[in-house]
Amino acid sequence: MEKREVIYRHSGAVRLTHWVNALVLLVLLMSGLQIFNAHPGLYLGSKSNFNDPVLAMAATQDGDTIKGVTMVLGHSFDTTGVFGVVVDPDGGFEERGFPWSVTLPGHRDLATGRRWHFFFAWAFVLNGLAYLIWSLASGHLRRDLTPSGQELKHIGPSIWEHARLKFPKGEEAKRYNVLQKLTYLFVALVLLPLMLLTGLTMSPGMDAAFPFLLDLLGGRQTARTIHFIAASGIVIFVAVHLVMVLISGVWNNLRSMITGRYVIEPAEEKP
Amino acid sequence: MSGERRLDRRGFITRGLAAASTALLGGCDDLSDQPWVRRVLDSAETLTRVTQRALLSPTALAREYSEADISPWFKPNGSTDPDDPDYKAHAEKGFADWKLVVGGLVESPLELSLAELRAMPSRTQITRHDCVEGWSCIGKWKGVPLKGLLDAARLKPDARYIVFYCADALGQTGTEADKYYESIGLPDAFHPQTILAYEMNDQVLPVPHGAPLRLRLERQLGYKMAKYVMRIEAVDQIAGIRGGRGGFWEDLGYEWYAGI
Repeated sequence: MEKREVIYRHSGAVRLTHWVNALVLLVLLMSGLQIFNAHPGLYLGSKSNFNDPVLAMAATQDGDTIKGVTMVLGHSFDTTGVFGVVVDPDGGFEERGFPWSVTLPGHRDLATGRRWHFFFAWAFVLNGLAYLIWSLASGHLRRDLTPSGQELKHIGPSIWEHARLKFPKGEEAKRYNVLQKLTYLFVALVLLPLMLLTGLTMSPGMDAAFPFLLDLLGGRQTARTIHFIAASGIVIFVAVHLVMVLISGVWNNLRSMITGRYVIEPAEEKP
Repeated sequence: MSGERRLDRRGFITRGLAAASTALLGGCDDLSDQPWVRRVLDSAETLTRVTQRALLSPTALAREYSEADISPWFKPNGSTDPDDPDYKAHAEKGFADWKLVVGGLVESPLELSLAELRAMPSRTQITRHDCVEGWSCIGKWKGVPLKGLLDAARLKPDARYIVFYCADALGQTGTEADKYYESIGLPDAFHPQTILAYEMNDQVLPVPHGAPLRLRLERQLGYKMAKYVMRIEAVDQIAGIRGGRGGFWEDLGYEWYAGI
């Protein structure tokens, strides 16, 4: 039987940019929801068609009571207390989109939300650029994240193993599996750059400097909608990522992202 | 046994994360109020302004749209019916004897009636209005290029900013500080699309949208585009004016450079 082995899994650059990115994305998400709450409606095209939102959160009067209503693609849902309106026990109510518990600041303050958002947007860009340049130059992108043709062919069994929460051991555990590779590539090369691109398209200054942004993303309001959807994608990714970290050996995973060292459990001997 | 231990451990992690995030959230709110944090966060505005100015050529235009793109309903925001008695009196007479005052660091101060402004060379543009809240509306604007006015008034060499004083008040203090005002730099003041609009969608500019005259500054956000403009002043610095940050919303923490 093989022995337990300790490998050096994550380089200093990956560890540093990973944790900076985690903090930056948390601040961007929460300050982004503060900004969203200033006008909790999303549209398609260049302008806001106020009567035809893709998504809208609003408070509506229903007899004597105030209800929070969330509209998605023409369908209405009662979301009182969560989205659209918050009602106090004494009958007071406040209109808003997302709950103040998930926004930064925790009360209505668009000006401060924007200050947090744009400062951390710069941090996001600089950190992301540093990661991408380093990943290309060091071969991290090619060596650790690009799946081989062989791996892509065996994606079916890999999905099946993941679904049964069986994680590789031994030699196989020394590298990312094909699903991890594809997911990380999608997040790093598609989802996060899309956040930046759609964010820039919302800027009237950037639109004047680079008008093709408007054509590329279907107009400023479409860009804002994609910004929201891509952010939701990142939230879903982080949720799944955290679950995977928890169930595939939380201490080993955390240690490897802090010190770089990762323990490889011996593979079970095949009968 | 080991299952129970794992659960405990998981519970510990969950509680730990919850506690940490609560501390973080509360901490961030406290942080927002710290002057040094504010200064650090505000530094991003300078970075954004310098970067956008470097990327934006002085004549790069904001996109202009077609008649078909015009919003059927253009959302009026901020003040929609100023309370000021002088303003109300002028509005009742259709601004017939109202005059725009142009002064400050200029060689020849001006006082211009609406008729005189309308007689000057004009520019018409169909542009997108982006509110800081996130929504956009498209409207057609006709007005005098600000460059035309400033050329006529002849700026003194030390003029750096153009300040717009407005008839409407958004504040609640009951003093002059409640009144709306805005300021822009010279690159924006001389931009071809920077106009003082007196018409919107082929009609006389309506009161909710800033009659008799509103600024259009198409490469920045809506709050920069002062409505109900009564007086224009060329100055060398904005620090001494009202809150010192160059505008009503700026004094409340919003960016002076609103290109993002």
